[in-house]
Amino acid sequence: MNLAVYLRRYWQLYALLVLPVCYFIVFKYAPMYGILIAFKDFNFFQGINGSEWIGFEAFKEVFAMKDFYKTLRNTLMLNFLDLLVSFPAPLFLAIMLYELKTAWFKKLSQTILYIPHFISWVIIGGIVYQVFGTQSGMINNIITSMGFEAIPFLTDKNDWLITYLAVGVWQSAGWGTIIYLAALTGINRELFEAADVDGAGRLRKIWSITLPSLKPTIVTLLIINLGHMIAIGFDRPFVIGNTAVRDYSDVLSTFVYRIGIESGQYTLATVVGLFQAVVGLVFVLGANYASKKLADQSIM
Amino acid sequence: MREQQASRTFDVVNTIAILFFVLLCLAPFLHILAISLSSARAIMSGEVSLLPVELNWKAYKQVFTDMSMIRSLGFTVVLTLIFTVLCMLMSIAAAYPLAKTKLKGRKAVMFLIVITMFFSGGIIPEYMLVRNLHLLDSIWALVLPGLISPFYLIILITFFQNIPDSLEESAEMDGSSHIRTLISIIVPLSMPVIATLSLFYAVGRWNGFQDTLMYITSPEMYPLQLKLYQLVQNNMVSELMQAEGATGQSMLQPEGLKAASVMFATVPILLVYPWLQRYFVSGVMLGAVKG
Repeated sequence: MNLAVYLRRYWQLYALLVLPVCYFIVFKYAPMYGILIAFKDFNFFQGINGSEWIGFEAFKEVFAMKDFYKTLRNTLMLNFLDLLVSFPAPLFLAIMLYELKTAWFKKLSQTILYIPHFISWVIIGGIVYQVFGTQSGMINNIITSMGFEAIPFLTDKNDWLITYLAVGVWQSAGWGTIIYLAALTGINRELFEAADVDGAGRLRKIWSITLPSLKPTIVTLLIINLGHMIAIGFDRPFVIGNTAVRDYSDVLSTFVYRIGIESGQYTLATVVGLFQAVVGLVFVLGANYASKKLADQSIM
Repeated sequence: MREQQASRTFDVVNTIAILFFVLLCLAPFLHILAISLSSARAIMSGEVSLLPVELNWKAYKQVFTDMSMIRSLGFTVVLTLIFTVLCMLMSIAAAYPLAKTKLKGRKAVMFLIVITMFFSGGIIPEYMLVRNLHLLDSIWALVLPGLISPFYLIILITFFQNIPDSLEESAEMDGSSHIRTLISIIVPLSMPVIATLSLFYAVGRWNGFQDTLMYITSPEMYPLQLKLYQLVQNNMVSELMQAEGATGQSMLQPEGLKAASVMFATVPILLVYPWLQRYFVSGVMLGAVKG
């Protein structure tokens, strides 16, 4: 089939692709071109092309900034602590839900446990201040009514870590069960019957049948999580954090926003963003490589 | 017998534990609801936990008569609708040709798309783009940059590919054009996945915050999240002042009003969510099969 005939027959398919391809070029690839800002002394009047080249000057400046290392450390620290706490939570919850026998109760519980996932971080932030506030927060009301001293959950950086992590578990644990519960539907029921014959108790069955059957899912999810160690959302640390706990709450994403959009140091902010994108890419590719080796399946 | 007993005990403990977690999930919402319905005096004295004290509707009356709040809600609804419709039109238009493995040039386009899943220009270059296109402080700054999510697009492509070819072929035999086949055969067969993806786009837009913070400056264009963020910031200021030893409650807005505003922004999600839950869950599964 020659090209003219081919196009006459399939031109509509290509026509459909025109707008989407334009979208990707304008809104995804043009910003990649904008990375040039990192190598230029950028100012608005001269634009990206007109601004003067400065080579790696801005990189040197960023790598000499104390705040850069602090936000990098905080990003890794918050992600790592999150992994310790928020990663196992849905696994336990899923196993518990799986063991529930009353169908309607299980369904109702799931419906309610999924809700926090759909609440925006801004709303969660609003709730956090009412619940964790020092003077009138619900938790501190209980603590002080029992005669203890109020805990500054929002203004002391170590206490704030507890708040940050607790809110993360609250928001993600329920929704995270979906993938485990789906994997659990694949378990062969006969295994449980055989275990019954052998006289295995409930915990024994969980340990020897349920958990091992979740192993591939756990490993895959763990690797994906490790691949995202340097990526961090903006909303959660930005909304829950504040100036009193900035030592811990300032992460790469909020740092880029602060020095770029708020202070107008566009070149420096672009450098930080580029650093995060490149290191993030290496992490993700590394994670994918690891999962290919370990679980024999690509996560991409 | 003893084993049965142990198993029964396990069920009871497990049920109670789940019940506890469910309550833990709901408690913050109940607390905010209780605050929003309580009198200012009761809130100040710290009497309110999960049930309202000295029940009244004052805070809600105030929220519903605050025109800027109503306008913000209206704007967010319009924004979410426009965004979701355009997202789905673009995604369907892209997914249909890309589902055809034999299409010439398909690989190149897929490559172009997949790259963007792993690498992006970053926040500052994106901001510069929106600025250069003169979209700042307009609804399009919140619509255009996020029109196609590569992840959702791939889910859609996979779904299209699983539709039996014979259906399309018979339509083509009858002389149906590609676009016609897409509209009259493919789209009707894909309604479940289209519903699911629409929901994900819609919730993402409804809850989206960072871009509203960066791109919107005039108050009459504040989406709900940005409007609410100001309240949160309010809370933060008073919390910080208390930490530094200043006394007195937040000087800017009474707690009840803040709580009522939070409820005002939460309830729309809570209302639609239970009815659409199965679509959300199926969406996760679609993603997991591929992802």
